[in-house]
Order: sequence, then C-alpha cells, then structure tokens
Amino acid sequence: MAANPMYQFNVYRIGPEIKLGEIDISFTNASLFMVISSLAVLIIFNLGAKKKSLIPDKIQLLAELSYSFVSKMISDTAGSKAKPYFSFIFSLFMFVLFCNMFGMIPYSFTVTSHIIVTFTLAIFIFIAVTIIGFIKHGLGYLKLFVPSGVPIILLPLIVVIEIISYLSRPVSLSVRLFANMMAGHTMMKVFGGFVISLGIIGGWLPLSFSVALTGLEILVAFLQAYVFAILTCIYLNDALNLHH
Amino acid sequence: MLKKIIIQIFTLNFVLVTSAQSGESGGMPQLNPEFWVSQIVWLVLTFGILYIVLSKLILPKISNNLESRKSQILENIETAETQREDSEKKLKEFEKIILESKLEARNYFNEARQKILEDINNKRVALEKDIDDEISAVEQEVNNLKITSSEKIKKIAIETSSELIKQLIGEEANSSSISAIVEEQSRKSKEKQHGI
Repeated sequence: MAANPMYQFNVYRIGPEIKLGEIDISFTNASLFMVISSLAVLIIFNLGAKKKSLIPDKIQLLAELSYSFVSKMISDTAGSKAKPYFSFIFSLFMFVLFCNMFGMIPYSFTVTSHIIVTFTLAIFIFIAVTIIGFIKHGLGYLKLFVPSGVPIILLPLIVVIEIISYLSRPVSLSVRLFANMMAGHTMMKVFGGFVISLGIIGGWLPLSFSVALTGLEILVAFLQAYVFAILTCIYLNDALNLHH
Repeated sequence: MLKKIIIQIFTLNFVLVTSAQSGESGGMPQLNPEFWVSQIVWLVLTFGILYIVLSKLILPKISNNLESRKSQILENIETAETQREDSEKKLKEFEKIILESKLEARNYFNEARQKILEDINNKRVALEKDIDDEISAVEQEVNNLKITSSEKIKKIAIETSSELIKQLIGEEANSSSISAIVEEQSRKSKEKQHGI
C-alpha cells in the first residue's frame, strides 16, 4: 500500500468521529496540518511583531520583509484601492505557503494537494471579488465582459469568451495549485520508489533526481503560493479598477 | 452566510458527480468525497482564525513597527541635518572670530608701531633741536669770542704799539694812525694766513 504514490494523499480520521447532524466533520490529518500551518504562521508572525527594536533581529526582519513583500505585491498589481484587502491576501499567501512547505516534510500531509481545499479558497475568492465588483461599480461591472475597441461583429463572440474565462477563474486557480502540488509529490514518491526497487547499484540515479526534485518542489511550493496570491490580486484589481 | 451556502452547493455537486467512482481503492484520494465536508469545515475554521488573528492583532503591530521605524529614521535624519547646519554655523562664526581677532591684532601692532615711531621721531626731533641749539649757542660764543678777541688784540696791539712808540720816541703818537697801521697789519697777517 505504501508503494502506491497516491497513498500519501489519503485522508484519515485522527481521534473520534465528530458528526454534525448528518455531516462528518471529524478531525483528520488534513485538519491537523491546517492547524499546524496556521499556528506556525501565527507564532512566527507574533514573535516578529512583538519586538519593537529599531534594528530588527532575524525573526522580526522575517515578519517585516514578508509584510513589505506582500504589501508591494498588492500595490503593484491592484493599486492603492486594494489596501483594505491586505490582511486577507497576506493570510492567504502565508496559509498556502506554509501548507505547501509543511507538505515538503517527509511523511507529512500536503493540505493544498487536495482539490477541495484549493477549490474552496478559489471559489471564496471568486465570489468575494464578484461581490466587491458589483458593490463598487453596480451593473457597470458587467462592462468587464465587453472589452473596448472590439468590432461590433465580433462582440457577441468576445463577450461569451470573456464570460467563460471569468467563470473559469476559480477552476483554473484551484486546479493550478492542486495539480502542481499533487504532481510534484507524486513524482517524488515515484522516484523514491525507484531508489528502493533499483537497489544499491542502480538506485543512485533516481536518488539524485529525488534530491534535485526536492529543491524544485520547494521552489514550486513558494511559487504556487505566490501565483495564488498574485492572481487573487489581479482578480481584485479587475473588481476595483474597471479597465476594459 | 451566502458563501457557505454556495460552497455547500458546489461540494454537493462534486459529491454527486464523484461518488460513483469513489468506491474503488485506486485512483486519486482527492476525489474521494468522504472527508470533503470535514476539510472544508476545518479549512474555514483554521483560515478564519488565522485571518482574524493576523488582521486584528499581528499585522497592525508589524505595520506600526515599520511606520515607527520609518518616522524614527526620518527624525534622526532631520536632527542630523539640523546639527550639521548648527555646526556649520558655529564653524563660520569661529572663522569670523579668528578673522576679526587677526585684524584686531594687526591693528594693535600697527598702532603700537605707529606710536613707537612717533615717539622715536619726537625724541629725535627734540634731541636734534637740542643739539642744534647747543651748536648754535657754542657758535655764537665762538663768534663772540672771535670778534671780542680780535678787538682786544687790536686794542692791545694799539696800546702796546703806542706805549712802544712813546718809550722809543718819547712822543705821543696819534692813536688813530696807529690803529690804522694795526688794522693794516692784522689784515696782512690775515691775508698771509689765508693766502696759502
């Protein structure tokens, strides 16, 4: 069973079964890693925010650099109007990043490798952005689907394409993160399996591959968290500053 | 509220679509809807707490720290700037003072020199005057002596010559002719003296 590269994605109950009416909301390994990631974020940033020295130490510097990094990312992509949503995007980025990074620890569980988790985040972002767009611009937000400077003959086609692309945002956002994480972890598992099956003589090649893949996966873990956050910023930008 | 309802609709759809395939043990565990609701609930819970704590407690502190550091740095730069200006001003004042004192010293020196020169001049003039006076007085005396001595000599010469004539000849000589002779003799001797 352990040789199956998909085995690592199994969700299992930890502790007793908790039922809310008909719905099973038991504490699982996924819940455990969500809690661990959130706690890690909170602990690190709480430590970083506690000290108020003029010259920051390492943990304070980490917190402040992350703050300015996300802050700059938001102001670059969505402008100054996106400032009220800073906390949300910061939390989102840190949550996804820490979930991805904790997933890199061997025998741990990668929360973001589950489509349901990424899809929940993405659909929440999608709905929130749509609501913000309609609140800010009223029905004028529908102009998003009508790009300016398009010949009238092409307009029906373009509007349909725009609507489809808008509606596919949550899917693309969630599938991108989920597929990246799942594919990476599966591949590492497969190469790890090769190391065992090829033994001491032939196992070195997949082992070195595995080492290289670990580095790549850490990069991907950061990059996907960044992409997730920056795409959220871009969607938010569409809702806040209607360009089309 | 709306969010939760929509999420539930979506998850229910997925449950319906994928429940048919979930029976088999192979395939992707991600598509097994057994713990989907649990994952969503725990995601909302953990992410919600994370968001609330970060946005209410931690991020304002970090932002404050950054802000206060920025203002502190600006303040420090400002004080440094004012201190620099102060020191420059002081330096200029100092240079001015040095320049003034140099000028003053030169003035004092010049004054003193002038005074001393004047003093020396005065003293020299007085001294020269004294010397001139003395010289002129001595010259006067010498002149007087010259005049009186020649008169006296003439007189003595006239007297002695008249006496001599009286004793030799026994006759009173005309004093006026004697004096004329003496005068001529003295003139001759004078000419002899100067005629070299």
